[in-house]
Amino acid sequence: MAGARNIQAETGPMLAADGRPLKDSLNRALRRQKLRALLLISPLLLFIMLTFVAPIADMLFRSVENQIVQETIPRTVKALEGWDPSTGAPHDEATFAALYTDLVIAEEYKAHTRLGTRLNYEFGGASSLFRGTGREVGKWPTEVYTEQFVASDPAYRDGAAWALWMADPSVRAVLPLTADAYDAWALMTVVEKDDVPAEEQPLDFVYTALYRDLAAGALPQLMPAVDVDNWDSVAIRDLFLEEDAAWGELPVWQAMKSYGGNYTAGYFLNAVDMQIGANGPEMRAEDERVYVTLFIRTMILSITITATCILLGYPVAWLMANLPARSANLLMILVLLPFWTSLLVRTSAWKVLLQQQGVINDTLVWLGLVDDANRLVLINNEAGTIIAMTHILLPFMILPLYSVMKTIPPSYLRAAKSLGATNWTAFWRVYFPQSVPGIGAGSILVFILAIGYYITPELVGGNKGVFISNRIAYHIGTSLNWGLAAALGTILLVIVLVLYWVYDRVVGIDNVKLGG
Amino acid sequence: MNLPVYATAGQRVWYYGFRVICGLIYFFLLAPIIVIIPLSFNAQDFFTFTPEMLRLDPAGYSTKHYVDFFTNPDWQGPLWNSLAIAPVATLIAVTLGTLAAVGLSQSHVPFRRAIMAILISPMIVPLIISAAGMYFFYSRIGLQGTYWGVVLAHAALGIPFVIITVTATLVSFDRSLVRAAAMMGAGPLWTFFKVQMPLIMPGVVAGGLFAFVTSFDEVVVVLFLGAAGQKTLPWQMFTGLREQISPTILAAATVLIVVSVVLLATLEILRRRSERLRGMSPG
Amino acid sequence: MKLKHLMGATVLAVGPLCGSMAFAQDIAECENCSDSMVLMSWGGAYQASQTAAYAEPYAALTGVNITWDEGSNEAVAKLRAASEAGNMTYDLIDVEGPDSQRACDEGLAVEIDFDEQLAAGADGSTPTADFGPSIINDCFVPQIVFSTTFGYRTDIAEWNGAVPDDLCDVFDLTTFPGMRSLESRPKKNLEWALLCDGVAQADLYDVLSSEGGVDRALAKLDTIKNDVIWWSAGAETPQLLADGEVVMGSTYNGRLFAAAAEQGQPIATLWDWQVFDFDGWIVPEGLDEARMNRVMHFLNFATDTQRLADQAKYISYGPARASSQPLVSTHATLGIEMAPFMPTNPANQKNFLVNNIEWWADNQDEVEAKFQAWLSQ
Repeated sequence: MAGARNIQAETGPMLAADGRPLKDSLNRALRRQKLRALLLISPLLLFIMLTFVAPIADMLFRSVENQIVQETIPRTVKALEGWDPSTGAPHDEATFAALYTDLVIAEEYKAHTRLGTRLNYEFGGASSLFRGTGREVGKWPTEVYTEQFVASDPAYRDGAAWALWMADPSVRAVLPLTADAYDAWALMTVVEKDDVPAEEQPLDFVYTALYRDLAAGALPQLMPAVDVDNWDSVAIRDLFLEEDAAWGELPVWQAMKSYGGNYTAGYFLNAVDMQIGANGPEMRAEDERVYVTLFIRTMILSITITATCILLGYPVAWLMANLPARSANLLMILVLLPFWTSLLVRTSAWKVLLQQQGVINDTLVWLGLVDDANRLVLINNEAGTIIAMTHILLPFMILPLYSVMKTIPPSYLRAAKSLGATNWTAFWRVYFPQSVPGIGAGSILVFILAIGYYITPELVGGNKGVFISNRIAYHIGTSLNWGLAAALGTILLVIVLVLYWVYDRVVGIDNVKLGG
Repeated sequence: MNLPVYATAGQRVWYYGFRVICGLIYFFLLAPIIVIIPLSFNAQDFFTFTPEMLRLDPAGYSTKHYVDFFTNPDWQGPLWNSLAIAPVATLIAVTLGTLAAVGLSQSHVPFRRAIMAILISPMIVPLIISAAGMYFFYSRIGLQGTYWGVVLAHAALGIPFVIITVTATLVSFDRSLVRAAAMMGAGPLWTFFKVQMPLIMPGVVAGGLFAFVTSFDEVVVVLFLGAAGQKTLPWQMFTGLREQISPTILAAATVLIVVSVVLLATLEILRRRSERLRGMSPG
Repeated sequence: MKLKHLMGATVLAVGPLCGSMAFAQDIAECENCSDSMVLMSWGGAYQASQTAAYAEPYAALTGVNITWDEGSNEAVAKLRAASEAGNMTYDLIDVEGPDSQRACDEGLAVEIDFDEQLAAGADGSTPTADFGPSIINDCFVPQIVFSTTFGYRTDIAEWNGAVPDDLCDVFDLTTFPGMRSLESRPKKNLEWALLCDGVAQADLYDVLSSEGGVDRALAKLDTIKNDVIWWSAGAETPQLLADGEVVMGSTYNGRLFAAAAEQGQPIATLWDWQVFDFDGWIVPEGLDEARMNRVMHFLNFATDTQRLADQAKYISYGPARASSQPLVSTHATLGIEMAPFMPTNPANQKNFLVNNIEWWADNQDEVEAKFQAWLSQ
């Protein structure tokens, strides 16, 4: 046996001490090592996935989600499938009857006002149109059908009889509208009223559907025969138009058709000042464009803040990098103190300092630099945002700059000077290029942080100094247009992720340092 | 950096001019924080220096805003809420973060870069987006407006800091120590707690401090996710700044400044200890 | 006008009827009730008046622990989120009329049976009759009538003794130079601008609905745009006035009262074209039985005739019950007569407006977008 193993060892793969091929053994060790690493990482990864990544994904989903139209008025959406908006508002009774059924049901669930709110984002007036019509739709004189059915045969009043009929497949097959309306009614009776459908008489809209089925020529077995030809009837379209003339116009129908799908690009279009018009996406009216301007302003302010941070951070980092360790350490602590101080503390400090009757203006007036009547406006505008945010983000510029500068040997500068370069040339041609990675790292970091700021602009930015984040907060908290907030957030997120990716390429995420 | 004796007049002007500029930048960095402190002792209910204060008249100063801060339930409630949320969030962040950092520092980690990017992302993604996403998602799963909702969110926000500081200490960690321990018969757990842990402890504590401050200072996410029962100190300050500006905010601010000075000092001590442990000279 | 009824009643308030104040009376036992409540309100002077007038007395009588959340300016959003979460963290929410309509529409608030669940008026009238015109939907239990109006500093030397007494003085930068503060929302601002642009009150919403109507209002606002600080929270204007950052600004009338009468700031109220609104409670859907019992027990107490009248001792808002009007008296600590500071005082309402809730519900999104675009230009 031993001989055989030796021979194999000489000819076959190299073996480890336990007799396995060394390659396999190493692979196994590597796999085990990988597995152990992953096991150590996985709890945190799972945690971040659940508490952080999933919420972000949910936000992305909200920005396109649009089930409400489909869920609230499914029959109308279906009826509108074949309708061409260029032919004008629909005229056919079937579409209006579908909307009637949908609205009666939606009103019971109190869903029609939510739909009105949703469609109001797309065209003004939808809110009161749906609320107003929804309030009245249950009182429309469709009881003429109920009365006539019941008069022709009392069985039509009997909930148990209805339940029996509607359980029969052959009846359901010939009475599609009725079956659908009855099912919706039965579900509503159970869910909303906690009643048993077989003990209740259906509502008018079920009889209306039955009338429409029978008028179309259906001949159900099982049910008492009725001849509806000469019955009194009501034109549902007229009822709608009497309630509100807007039902005879194009916008509401177009909105219901355009937003009938389960997903929509509408929020994203809105987020870049566009809307779905008669001929596809188009720009909004000039005086309703908000977000593109706001994105651009957010960019410009963030760039300004980044530039100011470079301007102020560079000398300080240079000083620290060229001082003996002990003094540099002290200066570093002074940089870190604001970094460690609560954001709100710093913002409130600026609020105190920058007011027209605040410390800075008082001092300037006292020094005679500024006239008392013309105090500087430093708060509630761009200036306030730039000053306060530069202060808050400056440490994020100084720290990476310092860590890069510390690695540049001072001898380079001395060498350049001894070779005859002036101070400026030596700095500009020799030192500065080597410090560029630090500037890059600091700039991206500051810019990424600045672009998403919310609290500071909210408190000192007034109206001209606010960022896109403030608008997102407004749509979440006040206007309740969560879809639009999610779309704006998604765009902002994409911008930041692109920058994050650049940062990773340029600096490497592992190289983020947090002072000390 | 010292001025050589042979420096020309121009060089001297530049040398001192540069220091003055740096001094002014430091003034810009520190003055807003320092100015808060005397203002918080204002005897009046104003945000500006009164003439009495400028004359250094003792009558212009008072500790009444501190009394208000430490007795008024409007401030004490939020203070205790903050103290109930931050440590738990920190504990979660440190435990999971340290484990993961140890995992990430192994020599062969598949998808290391991608994993790192995901773990750091809570620090990079704008707070308003995190807040909006969590608001929507936590609403769906019933965590919105709950203590644990806020704690989990704050833990997620603190994790990148733990990862960064602990990985930084692990980079310089001499892996032969682990092998040495293994050779002497110590199991992996024993090795971790007896050899690795003491050496990376400064990083862990520093990360913990960062995570603590992140939670203790966080306002955007808690504004969205919290309900009245989770109103934290920064939330109360934010409401105060927007609703009724009372100098009690400045007293609260001063207390927070003292806290951050203490934390900063702790960090500095840790840093020196860590350098000493690695045989470097304390700076 | 719906509000006439209430306003007429306030006239009585000036009389000497109001000497007797009932204190610490018995309160019905609350069976199967939770022992704590979270109330959402507006913070500031208003919440303080609620605390003093009924929250503290109620807590003293029952030992219930009451927590406040100053979240009312985002009430419907918080309500919606809490309802989606299936975890209703609030027991009672204080909202303005239009927000109660939204919450009711979305099925987020419970419908109230006024005559069953609320206390009868002290004069024996049924709650429905007593609240009368302030009942604007089935979910809303009204507390007060308040108004949004302008306040101004009384010590501005540049005005050379001129005193603003007309809404349009806000737009007059020559006689009344200085910064103004206005709400960063179109509602109310557009109406005021049109009134000062020569539009009659009756035509306001017709003009706003017409082509170019909103632009006309914005053009009027353009004349002072450079001199405006825009606010988003009701306490900002009093603070800005007190700091001297602005010389006049719009806010809720009670906040102006608090700044002037309680804090002694040199601030006065301009009672021209104040905009009336109701504020009241809504009960969120999704409370369990014990919490619901507790809330209704509290609501019954907090909106009775005496409590609503008591609230007017702390803040200058008109009680929503007709039967409370005769009991309105003097300020709790300052001892001054409250009637002159009430929005419902006849002397203060030579001109007034009521927002058209329906019009705003329809046009809010579109007009808001226009307004924001205009603001950022």
